[in-house]
Amino acid sequence: MAITSDVIVVGGGLAGVTAALSAAGAGVDVRLISHKQSTLAQASGLVDALGYVPHVRADAGEDPTATPTAGRTGVRDRPDPEGPLPDPFAAIDRLPADHPYRLVGADALREGLALFDETVPGYRGAHTDRNALLPTFGGTVKPTARYPDAAAAGLASDDRPMLVVGFRSLSGFDARQVADHLDAAGVPFPVAGAEVAFPAAFRDDAKVTRFARALDHDEPVGGTPARRALTETVKPHLDAVEAGAERVGFPAFLGDDAAPEVRADVADRLGADVFEIPMGPPSLPGLRLVDRLYEALDEAGVRYETGVPVVGRDLAGGGDATGRVERLRVDRKGTAVPYAADAVVLATGGLVGKGIDSDRDGVREPVLGCHVPQPEERYEWYVDDAFGDQPYARFGVRADDELRPLGPDGGVQYPNVHVAGATLGGADVAREKSASGVSLATGLVAGRTAAAEVTQ
Amino acid sequence: MTDGHDHDGDPSDDRTPGVPRLGRDEQPAVYGPDYDDAAERPVDPVSRADCPTEAAGEPVADGGESAGGAPSGLQADGGTAATGGDDLDPANYDAVDVFDGGALDLRDGSDSCYKCTSCDTSCPVAEVDDSFPGPKFQGPEQWRLKRKEDHDIDASITDCSNCMRCDDACPSSVPLSQMHNEARGEFVAEQMAKLSTEYVRNRILSNYRFFAAIASKTPRLANFVTGLGVTKWVGEKLLGITSEREFPDFAQQTFREWWRDRGGARVENPDERVAYFHGCYSNYNTPEVGKAMVRVYESFGYEVMVPPQKCSGTPMFANGMLDDARRHAETNVESLVAAIGDGADIIASCTSCSLSLRQEYPELFDLHGIDDVAEHTFEALEYLRIHEDIDAALADADVDERAFAYHAPCHARNQGLARQAIEAFDAVEDVTVEDVGDSCSGISGTYGWKAEKYDYSMEIGAEMFEHMEAAEGEVGMTECPTCAMQMEHGTGYEVQHPLQLLEAALVD
Repeated sequence: MAITSDVIVVGGGLAGVTAALSAAGAGVDVRLISHKQSTLAQASGLVDALGYVPHVRADAGEDPTATPTAGRTGVRDRPDPEGPLPDPFAAIDRLPADHPYRLVGADALREGLALFDETVPGYRGAHTDRNALLPTFGGTVKPTARYPDAAAAGLASDDRPMLVVGFRSLSGFDARQVADHLDAAGVPFPVAGAEVAFPAAFRDDAKVTRFARALDHDEPVGGTPARRALTETVKPHLDAVEAGAERVGFPAFLGDDAAPEVRADVADRLGADVFEIPMGPPSLPGLRLVDRLYEALDEAGVRYETGVPVVGRDLAGGGDATGRVERLRVDRKGTAVPYAADAVVLATGGLVGKGIDSDRDGVREPVLGCHVPQPEERYEWYVDDAFGDQPYARFGVRADDELRPLGPDGGVQYPNVHVAGATLGGADVAREKSASGVSLATGLVAGRTAAAEVTQ
Repeated sequence: MTDGHDHDGDPSDDRTPGVPRLGRDEQPAVYGPDYDDAAERPVDPVSRADCPTEAAGEPVADGGESAGGAPSGLQADGGTAATGGDDLDPANYDAVDVFDGGALDLRDGSDSCYKCTSCDTSCPVAEVDDSFPGPKFQGPEQWRLKRKEDHDIDASITDCSNCMRCDDACPSSVPLSQMHNEARGEFVAEQMAKLSTEYVRNRILSNYRFFAAIASKTPRLANFVTGLGVTKWVGEKLLGITSEREFPDFAQQTFREWWRDRGGARVENPDERVAYFHGCYSNYNTPEVGKAMVRVYESFGYEVMVPPQKCSGTPMFANGMLDDARRHAETNVESLVAAIGDGADIIASCTSCSLSLRQEYPELFDLHGIDDVAEHTFEALEYLRIHEDIDAALADADVDERAFAYHAPCHARNQGLARQAIEAFDAVEDVTVEDVGDSCSGISGTYGWKAEKYDYSMEIGAEMFEHMEAAEGEVGMTECPTCAMQMEHGTGYEVQHPLQLLEAALVD
């Protein structure tokens, strides 16, 4: 007896959750299993679709195994990417033919975003096809398709004067640098940065989650409620920006559970709009997004468990020609437990999320052993230009248009497996600013095709 | 090159069931010196399991614990062979070098940390205790600091409650709780004054089994004494054990007494055997959980064995008493390996016990067969869900209408079991089991019993209490005995184990 479901989704990030919701929406019984708590909690909470079409080496084209590359691409040779793009949908045709967007099409991206909009309250951007431009904590401006309410007042297309506030104890966020970078990027508004001391006796290395909790509960800090103490510290700096700040950007720590209330309260006291600039981990916008998505899994009747890695698979009929995956073996602290399903969605992440693994001998998809095309020679995995067209960035599983993984011979490797998100190769999501969109579009399709497998 | 399954060909996977692999003790050390005492032990698992114990005599408190009904391969006494001596007397403790000059090499784990602070975000103690620097510091950062000479372990390691949520949070598989356990063990062994109130108190809390065994001789008297105001007053003033909590009542008859009186197993089935690791609490305090386990498993046709056993070590790990934990582990592993040899899998009803056998034992100790014990250990409901059509059985069950507020213990969460009770009971008509959220209950075994931690413990638990009150059910449910104490303490609810509902649903 195995633990049995119609569809098993492996991976708890944006692609996995989207696939699970998409399959559950088709009326099948879905189980999501995730090795660890979702690393989506570390993400910015901004949902990008496609911000740039970067230059791809002509000789590489669609073939990541094209050689040679080592040392051939110098910084001086690197052409600028096309972007920031006003319309992500219109640019999809200009991506390489094996890009995940080309496999599933612009409509899948539209539907994926629509599913996200239905699922996650408190986000904006659905009113238009066009990208929004949001400031990041590096002071750059990022093209993004959806963004949380909390970030809305920070839009770079808005021309109201902006103050960015930083705190001495938060060494990862330098407000003056953020302001200078925004200015240098040519934003259409005056911007200044101010660094203040957070008015409380927290430990020196206190995490943003600690500040957020203090603001959530309006804890007294040094005798003054936290929200008032914060605004009184910031108020004298409103005039640091020319014409007086009409909006104030904080590192993203303005409350957790009570975030909208905290933001409104702080804005009211400052007499200016307030917004959050996403930070590195721990990222409250990421944590809030994960909470919403897992609530949605609950509501959709998706069963999920975390803390359990998939360590093997059994093929139907002991490995006959069909290649169907009949059971996954899931490790529970040293015990391999069988999980049976009619279809599997593989959304385990890419090189960063460990859904694609590598060592000196090669690059692998470690969970099911899907084929990952790669140059034989390890020195051809990368180019010397750090920001250039890195072959490794596009490593991953190749798939057909139903997102079934392709084996070394180009045929479907596992007919009842569908691959989604960063596990798929062919996209350089960091340069394209397309990670979330790829997850939404491919997650939607993988979940739908997996469900179709079951109902057939 | 792309096949991630080359381990499938590992010949060591094709083993005869029940015959343990060599422990790391018996293999050449990978990283440096290993335990000295290892070489002196016999290595043949079969003769080891069958040979009489070398213990000088039966431990006093174990006198009543014969393993009636257990297959012949098991020893009938408490099984203290590995250490020898009367280990119930703290004066006779036979110290074992658990960390021989820092032989555990956690370099890989330390290097894997990329400072995402997911562990800190998940830490329930760091959330309420501003003085606690969090698991990232306690783990990889402290490990690195310790590579230099003259760095003591930071005393804040004793503030960690060992809920082990950080393990599950880490996307990079840094062995955080292992690092914490090692650091805490070293701190307690080398830096903590052995005459300090804190040490004595922690030793007492860790060795709950020792005191429970004595108290269970005269449960009425023990319950009377622990219920006295003066006892609590002394506990708090003298030992730093909070007087806010009610000591748990001792059962009039322990589980093992019941098992003996019952004549042991009522089902014989050499093909489907399970060895029950009841732990201390089901034995001394809530034997109804152990009885439910036996009745439910027998209703599915399993032969239940109750091998000799001691404390799983959970409270000892949390207090850095690694010598105590290892001594108990030696007994447990020895008798559980023997049970595996008799064809049994190991079933625990307490999720901290099962986590200890599955994770902490292999991480911290090198004992013969320890990986086999880990591999064959399951939580009670987990095992039935794997081997039986429990959904169908529950769908046919006829139970009175009832509703529960279920809390998943952190240690269940770490085994991927946080949602299994919710899922399983979903099938039962008229029964509602509602998840009260993913927060920690705050008691973490002994943590919430310490006077200086009591307030933190209640602050951590506040969210769970709130959600319990909001849930439809007026009865709590959880697998963990100390979470149950906390749930009862915070809400006044009666708290049951999922096995008790299984019994009500499946056993006539």
